[in-house]
Amino acid sequence: MSAATRATIGLILIAAILASLPLWTGAANLRLVGEILSYMALAVLWNLLAGYAGLVSVGQQAFLGLGGYTLFICTIWLGMPPLAAVPLAAVAACLAGVIFAPLLFRLEGAYFAVGTWVAAETVALIFAAIPSLGAGAGMSLPAAAVKGIASSRSMREWLIYWIMLGLALAILGGTFALIRSKAGLALMALRDNPTAAGSVGVDIWWTRFWTYIGVAAATGAVGSVIFLQKLRISPDAGFSLNDWTAIVIFIVVIGGIGRIEGAIVGTLLYFLLREMLIDYGTIYLIVLGLVGILVMIFSRGGVWGLVERHLGWSLLPTRRLRD
Amino acid sequence: MVLVDAVVQGVLLGGLYALFAAGLSLVFGVMRLVNIAHGDFIVLGAYIALMVVSLTGLHPFLSLVLVVPLMGLIGYALQRLVLERTMGADVLPPLLVTFGCAVIIQNALLALFSTDAQRLSAGPIETASLPVGSISLGVLPLITFGVAVALIAGLEVVFFRSRAGRAFRATSDDAETAEAMGVDTRHVFALAMALSFAVIAVAAVLLAARSNFDPFAGPARLLYGFEAVIIGGLGNLWGTLAGGIVLGVAQTLGAQVSPSFQILAGHLVFFLILALRPRGLFPRMD
Repeated sequence: MSAATRATIGLILIAAILASLPLWTGAANLRLVGEILSYMALAVLWNLLAGYAGLVSVGQQAFLGLGGYTLFICTIWLGMPPLAAVPLAAVAACLAGVIFAPLLFRLEGAYFAVGTWVAAETVALIFAAIPSLGAGAGMSLPAAAVKGIASSRSMREWLIYWIMLGLALAILGGTFALIRSKAGLALMALRDNPTAAGSVGVDIWWTRFWTYIGVAAATGAVGSVIFLQKLRISPDAGFSLNDWTAIVIFIVVIGGIGRIEGAIVGTLLYFLLREMLIDYGTIYLIVLGLVGILVMIFSRGGVWGLVERHLGWSLLPTRRLRD
Repeated sequence: MVLVDAVVQGVLLGGLYALFAAGLSLVFGVMRLVNIAHGDFIVLGAYIALMVVSLTGLHPFLSLVLVVPLMGLIGYALQRLVLERTMGADVLPPLLVTFGCAVIIQNALLALFSTDAQRLSAGPIETASLPVGSISLGVLPLITFGVAVALIAGLEVVFFRSRAGRAFRATSDDAETAEAMGVDTRHVFALAMALSFAVIAVAAVLLAARSNFDPFAGPARLLYGFEAVIIGGLGNLWGTLAGGIVLGVAQTLGAQVSPSFQILAGHLVFFLILALRPRGLFPRMD
């Protein structure tokens, strides 16, 4: 049995356990696991962007909020069922990515990061200026639309949880498959040495473009489901740098950047840390920042990098070894 | 007349943005590093000035005698103790480390000073103005603009006429060769960071005397400074001043349309310049 087969079987097993969760746990746990899944998905996506394609974005909240708003606009203005709006949220975020990418890619290395932040602020300000979207106050999903998701409250929570689970697994599986494909080879070459990758025929600009808009689309979809669960959106919540990008960055850095497992391990560590420090308010963000800095200075591969080096484990093997 | 007034106020505002931008541009020029926490260090400088003023009773402008060296020291130490270990071909580590600094500064200031808006009281100068024709020019914005021009002129002299400036330029062009010629590049990088932080201190006091600030006021200052750098053109400090002016005018004109359009207008002009002149208005002649 190859390592990839084992990884697939392991994933299916975990997916089955997670899918059965609503049957044997309460609403609070379900919401927590749903949140963990959403952060895992965001971490896997940001890792693909920064860890592989070398696009360090601090503006992913643009796509997340756009996805959330698209869902609300589609259900309230167009009368669509909320679930049908999820793919449209991905399309809207993807289009925003198509508009921003050619502009932002003109910015050199580190300035790209600040550029993505300006882009996110721009999108947030536009939404905050539209009165029919509730301007700065935001808007709620009308009761009729909420009832349209599912008849009972618990059924609705289950459904939203399953959608988040499906989305997170699709993002994880899709990223894994992408990294193992030929395009993934280009991405890994880009990660290890952009100049060398360019010289052996990797089209850096287009590889980055497809990664950027693909990640934007998936982030938009995740955003739509997050706000479907919250039932309410505002510019501050939808386009929050702290919630949707800063925390995700720390998750990936602490878990191990440039490794899919790093994003997963980082997410679990983050929620462990959060549950432990939740009573200390601002201290927990300071701790998170400090740990992130220490990891970047002393162990750039993060926690999973250490595990890999000392134990030789690899849960989702993406390395190509000759048999 | 309203428009002329808006443009003039925008030009003066541009001086402040050029001050935000100068430190950012300097560090990027010497070591290709973008300090994501730049704006948060400006706010930190404002809080330090606030403490110095309340402890010593000095006028905010005089407090610079203490705040500038203090911030310079912080900058030097930050580079030697933290950022130096992240330097290399990969842009990711310094970016993420300064991003971590930003989050730490914001939350530490929040824990120490709460979210209450603070302000440095500069006395009657705050509201003084000079009538010119039918418009009136605020004395504080005029001083800010004058300081920006003087500081940029001073930085140009340091950069192109001094021994330290020669080391800056040599290290910027080729750090390895500079090192081989006997330049202590790590010291040079730290000096550049210290100089950037000295500029931050000046920007901080002028910002704090002009408007309210709170622990989360930093990111917006970073973005304005960054936009001024890109609009003006990389590597050109006078261009950065021009970029700050373009941004300031865009914002004050935007505010004429609607208050909620002020910041957005600045961002849109930034993207417009990026689309039409990706190297900025006045790129350095190479």
